[in-house]
Amino acid sequence: MATSAIFLLAILGLGFLITFQIAKASEYVSVLKGEKKSFEQSNRVNAFLMVVFLVLGLIGVWWCNELFYKKTLLVQPSASDHGEKIDMMLWITIAITGFVFFLTQILLFWFAYKYQYKDTKKAFYYPHNNKLEVLWTTVPAIFLCVLVGFGLYYWFQITGEAPENSMKVEVTGQQFSWTFRYPGKDETFGKKYFKDINADNQLGLKWEDPATKDDIVVNQTMYAVKGRPIKLIIGSKDVIHDVGLPHFRLKMDAVPGTPTTMWFTPLYTTEEMKQKTGNPDFEYEIACDQMCGNNHYTMRGVIKVVSQADFILWRAQQKSAYSLAFPPAEAPKQVVPDTSAKASATTAIPVVKAKP
Amino acid sequence: MSNEAALHGHHEVGTTHDVHHDEHHVHHHKETFISKYVFSMDHKTIAKQFLISGMVWAFLGGMMSVLFRLQLGYPDQTFPFLEDILGRWAKGGRISAENYYALVTMHGTVLVFFVLTGGLSGTFANFLIPLQCGARDMASPFLNMLSYWFFFLASVVMISSLFVQTGPFSGGWTAYPPLSALGGASPGSKVGMDLWITAMALFVVSSLLGGLNYISTVLNLRTKGMSMTRLPLTIWALFFTAVLGVLSFPVLLSGFILLLFDRNGGTSFYLSDIFIQGTGPGTGVLPNEGGSAILFQHLFWFLGHPEVYIILLPAMGMASEILSVNSRKPIFGYMAMVGSLFAITILAFLVWAHHMFVTGLNPFLGSVFVLLTLLIAVPSAIKVFNWLTTLWKANIKFTPGMMFALGFVSLFISGGLTGIWLGNSTLDLHLHDTYFVIAHFHIVMGVSAFFGMFAGIYHWYPKMFGRYLNNTMAYIHFWVTLAGAYLIFWPMHYEGLAGMPRRYFDYTNWESFKQFAELNRFISTVAMIVFAVQLLFVFNFFYSIWKGRKVTTLNPWGATTLEWTTPLRPGHGNWPGEIPEVHRWAYDYGKDGREFIPQTEPISADESKHH
Repeated sequence: MATSAIFLLAILGLGFLITFQIAKASEYVSVLKGEKKSFEQSNRVNAFLMVVFLVLGLIGVWWCNELFYKKTLLVQPSASDHGEKIDMMLWITIAITGFVFFLTQILLFWFAYKYQYKDTKKAFYYPHNNKLEVLWTTVPAIFLCVLVGFGLYYWFQITGEAPENSMKVEVTGQQFSWTFRYPGKDETFGKKYFKDINADNQLGLKWEDPATKDDIVVNQTMYAVKGRPIKLIIGSKDVIHDVGLPHFRLKMDAVPGTPTTMWFTPLYTTEEMKQKTGNPDFEYEIACDQMCGNNHYTMRGVIKVVSQADFILWRAQQKSAYSLAFPPAEAPKQVVPDTSAKASATTAIPVVKAKP
Repeated sequence: MSNEAALHGHHEVGTTHDVHHDEHHVHHHKETFISKYVFSMDHKTIAKQFLISGMVWAFLGGMMSVLFRLQLGYPDQTFPFLEDILGRWAKGGRISAENYYALVTMHGTVLVFFVLTGGLSGTFANFLIPLQCGARDMASPFLNMLSYWFFFLASVVMISSLFVQTGPFSGGWTAYPPLSALGGASPGSKVGMDLWITAMALFVVSSLLGGLNYISTVLNLRTKGMSMTRLPLTIWALFFTAVLGVLSFPVLLSGFILLLFDRNGGTSFYLSDIFIQGTGPGTGVLPNEGGSAILFQHLFWFLGHPEVYIILLPAMGMASEILSVNSRKPIFGYMAMVGSLFAITILAFLVWAHHMFVTGLNPFLGSVFVLLTLLIAVPSAIKVFNWLTTLWKANIKFTPGMMFALGFVSLFISGGLTGIWLGNSTLDLHLHDTYFVIAHFHIVMGVSAFFGMFAGIYHWYPKMFGRYLNNTMAYIHFWVTLAGAYLIFWPMHYEGLAGMPRRYFDYTNWESFKQFAELNRFISTVAMIVFAVQLLFVFNFFYSIWKGRKVTTLNPWGATTLEWTTPLRPGHGNWPGEIPEVHRWAYDYGKDGREFIPQTEPISADESKHH
């Protein structure tokens, strides 16, 4: 490897040397030929290259699209209702900006070629024209109004209140994993306080709150129901993370101390998406989208979208966080005051630890 | 003809003021090596100091990107020779995640602040403002000197942070707390971050000293007849750049000071409800309550967004000037160009929260920022169409400066249009923090600002050093860089449309993003080639200082502006005699059948009126 590196550097050095020699030689040639003549020659070459660049560039744009369009999300149906609106907005924006892109780039490189220097020609003295300037102030302004109009119309729908019947899930980010809490049968999340976080209570739940008793806490994989709106209540335990859901076309930051929310309706189950994408390994991945530390790139979660029946089945199999922290058989034992200070610090019953 | 006349005229002036036998030294003080090249108060020398420091930084920043692109392109390979060169940075021949993030963070910080702010504004505001306004020097040459040396000091502190044991800061150039505030959350947030903040504070001081100087020079030291509306667009752009910097950098500094308190003083401006996993100091439940992590983002982006225009406006100004000179045509719509620069300056302060659409910002507030953000497209569109009309029916000379100015316009269009995607909060939900963003900002403010800078260097090099850069190397530099920039960043839009997040060390374990492994390898290869060609430019630059073709005429490009009326190698004070008087605007090219009319030429009775 070291020899190949030296070899590479040698080639690089040689390349420089050759380029430099050619560059020097062309300078001497231009002195011999006369500055004017060599200027005219290089001007012609560069003007021609401008139009070559334009043509190759346009072919490149098309080719790049051929190669990579199928690898984007645009070939898959959006997995959420909000995502469909976002895709619609994307197509409107592509149409408008795409038109402007081709128009201006073609004019730029074509003008550069067409109006190259000629000895016999004089440039046209044309300092300004109010009509033209008004034209390209108002036309872009009108198109932007269209984009702002559509954008905000969708934006308020997406960020509006979640429907009454939506399922609520609390998402908590931490270096470098995701934790999910379901409110249980009472549909209410119990209270929590970050100073109560410890090895046995990863979210700092307040055990004395009756609403906490049936809360379900799971790690890494979250379940959602096809066709039922889901509202995420997002928080973080340490630094800022971001719940990035590429297939649903959504993301929202997880900020310590400031809960955020996001809601959407999943349209396809994970199984359906496996068929639609033709990828048997397909998963709805949660990607952390906010730099959160050295293992940021491993902060992966999964959303399993299932049918209502499957969801009920799954939930029935889950034990509540309370029952996991205090298995029913052991719970009475712990009421007995513990003499060991160390033990009481880790396993003390919630009533003793609770803050007023 | 006019060149010789000007040359001759100045000789006469020089002899009538026969105070010094050497026309390059108007002032009486004796210059030593130290006062001439090190602690110089001559704006031209300070400009060169900024330029060369900026080039050193650009080399380091570029090298960092090559290293982390190596990881992205070849995540499963090791390069043992890297360990020989870099030691602990590449243990076992592989950049570790920790070092990868340090490289990414430093690359951003260095390129945004030390190269494209310090290097770009520092060079061209210093060099061009006195020369094009017709001033002997800056309003305060002493503060100007301090501005460079604060920049130097900031550079020293920033470089020193690379060598501390816990590593340099590695939480991204935006330095969001709590990650940047808590040493327990990341080793890079330990002493490396204190050094980072210190360096940035020194940088802000440098930027303010420079900015105040630029503003007061433009407002007060213009030569006789140089009304504001006769200024070249370069000066307008550099003036607005300085205004942006002076108004927004203090806000950044205040944000950093609060961060410093949170880090070292136990305050809770940005911290609340935090539990850090792990053992050792700074982990477990933290006592902080009541702060807001989002507050920092507001303070940061209140500078951060104007900063984009601090980088871009000088490039716009120089491109406007160079396009006009080499089109042999006046810039189209001068007043509209000034007006759009002004509009961009105002709007730059009103759009910062478009970086924060997904932070849980109130959706109504978000909608206001969508409107204001997309408004910027209007002055930008005016500028693009005015540049295009400047080229229409022109007589274009493809000097290297002109080529880079054309490249700038192309890149500005490509990158600017994707800004319309990202400024729309609905699309930002999908594209935020993906490779789409990387593609967007690298094209629109990274590469295009570099193109503006290269255009400026090629165009004013003869004035800076009295010699030309080699044209053949310049053309190779241009074509490879333009093609390379598009090859690197254009496909990244597709990665973004697949939702591929930025700042990932490795994508191989992600079902949704691993399909781009081959593309990433291609991008890394092109990045290395483009970097090698930049070394060709650096070589050309230093070689030509001593060995380049000598400039023999005072006005090699046939430009109208004042800097070309100075001697070939102007001394401190710029003009040996009196400062020339200005009689017209800077863009009389091709008027009344004449090739160009210098600003110093009085308007004759039979001349047609232009506007």
